[in-house]
Amino acid sequence: MRIKNISSTRAVKVPASDTGLQISKTNKVKWLSYPYILWMAGFIIIPLFMIIFYGLSNDEGRFTLENISLILNPVHKKALFLALELSLTSTLICLILAYPLALILSKFKMKSNSFIVLIIILPMWMNFLLRTIAWQNILERTGIINTFLQFFHLPTLNIINTPSAIVLGMVYNFLPFMVLPIYNVLIKIDKDIINAARDLGANSRQTFGKIILPLSLPGVISGITMVFVPSLTTFVISTILGGSKIVLIGNVIEQQFRLGNWNTGSGLSLVLMIFILLSMAILSKYDKESEGNNIW
Amino acid sequence: MVKRYLERFYVGLIILFLYAPILILITLSFNQSKSRAKWGGFTLHWYRELFQNEAIMNALYTTLIIALLSALIATIIGTTAAIAMNSMKRTPRMIMMGITNIPMLNADIVTGISLMLIFVALRYTLGFSSVLMAHITFNIPYVILSVMPKLKQLNPHTFEAALDLGASPVYAFFKVILPDIFPGVLSGFFLAFTMSLDDFVITHFTKGPEINTLSTKIYTEVRKGIKPEIYALSTLMFITVLILLILINRRNAEKKAPVRKA
Repeated sequence: MRIKNISSTRAVKVPASDTGLQISKTNKVKWLSYPYILWMAGFIIIPLFMIIFYGLSNDEGRFTLENISLILNPVHKKALFLALELSLTSTLICLILAYPLALILSKFKMKSNSFIVLIIILPMWMNFLLRTIAWQNILERTGIINTFLQFFHLPTLNIINTPSAIVLGMVYNFLPFMVLPIYNVLIKIDKDIINAARDLGANSRQTFGKIILPLSLPGVISGITMVFVPSLTTFVISTILGGSKIVLIGNVIEQQFRLGNWNTGSGLSLVLMIFILLSMAILSKYDKESEGNNIW
Repeated sequence: MVKRYLERFYVGLIILFLYAPILILITLSFNQSKSRAKWGGFTLHWYRELFQNEAIMNALYTTLIIALLSALIATIIGTTAAIAMNSMKRTPRMIMMGITNIPMLNADIVTGISLMLIFVALRYTLGFSSVLMAHITFNIPYVILSVMPKLKQLNPHTFEAALDLGASPVYAFFKVILPDIFPGVLSGFFLAFTMSLDDFVITHFTKGPEINTLSTKIYTEVRKGIKPEIYALSTLMFITVLILLILINRRNAEKKAPVRKA
């Protein structure tokens, strides 16, 4: 059916191109997007409606709000709030670590910017589960950090299987997603604007506060989303670094699906999606404000 | 001066933070002891063992095939879609971009679950092809976002000029547009390949019981302990990519050098 669609549009559009090149130009390539539209409808839009359908119905397919209200179950509520707390903490730490790094990197005079990007994303070629498992080695009671601390007769650090270890795992895994968007925005800032600010008597702090920071805000916003969403919803990092006692909302959902409780799992996913959408709505509001400021 | 050293020190610290686990994994691949916690002396045993381990080699094969196919198909669909979107009016283009952003901004777990639900609803058996389709789905946006900026930089008149000079639209596309956007297409392909290779969550939900990628194989071993052969394999993969990137980087640097002197 997809092929038929494409060929029929083509047959209609081609004669038009013989008569008026300018007019037909935009219409003629439109059929190129049809495979994509079909694909996205089938694999993005309809599947999302499937979650909504399962989340709002029971085993027999009748409408119910029971799955959603299961979030009020103390265990689930605790998992959600812990996930929110840990993901907000790790997003904040990522921002604090990444902004200065991006700022320093953007000042390096490199032959190509791609080299810096490569250094940041190269670790992704080592499987992310393995990299997270390696943190067990570093953090364990007899791990590298503690061996090091004991050597100097310092008190040992026992953070494996605690929320701190999970935050560290989140920061480690998602830091590149904060660095890259900020870096990409910073290198695009016109040097003349900064020079102009200097010429007009701004000191370096004022230049940063009035020029660099506002202009880099879109990068910060997209960095925050790219760290917050995967941190909020992870179940892998908490499984590997949190032991079996710490349960995040991602673990709850994964477990529900593993046990075959699709309706419950979908209902809880819907709650999670509300939080994701909420955070995006808040962030896009800030983003718009910054654009408004840029115009003025 | 002090500030500059402090800056370098900070960059060094972060790079150490990013690469410390990788150094540990490489070290473990040479560890004679099977346990992760003890160093039992240097050995190449696990590298020899690796090629005889059928389960791991199968998982590697599946991972690479899925990454290659999904990146390739996503590049074709994504590039054509980007070209079409670029010529659309503002409103339909914004709607399309919004839909493109969904899999990038949405949580992996939600994407994975939603795809699993649709496959099951259609009574489609979960296995190689369902994983492949899932990977294509989350790869397409990376291609579109890499190709779009290149299309925006394109001079629209060159294509019209080619048509005026008698080229067919398809011929003009391959001779005029494709060479200009090719860097974007290529980086989209590599980004998609990397994302597919590193994915665990979406594969976890859309795979059937008989198939394993490296990620899902590792996940099943998390509790009972990772086989050292896996460390050896990932070390080999990492070193291969590292060497490739250094070669590409050097070639690019050489290409640029003469231009600079002139």
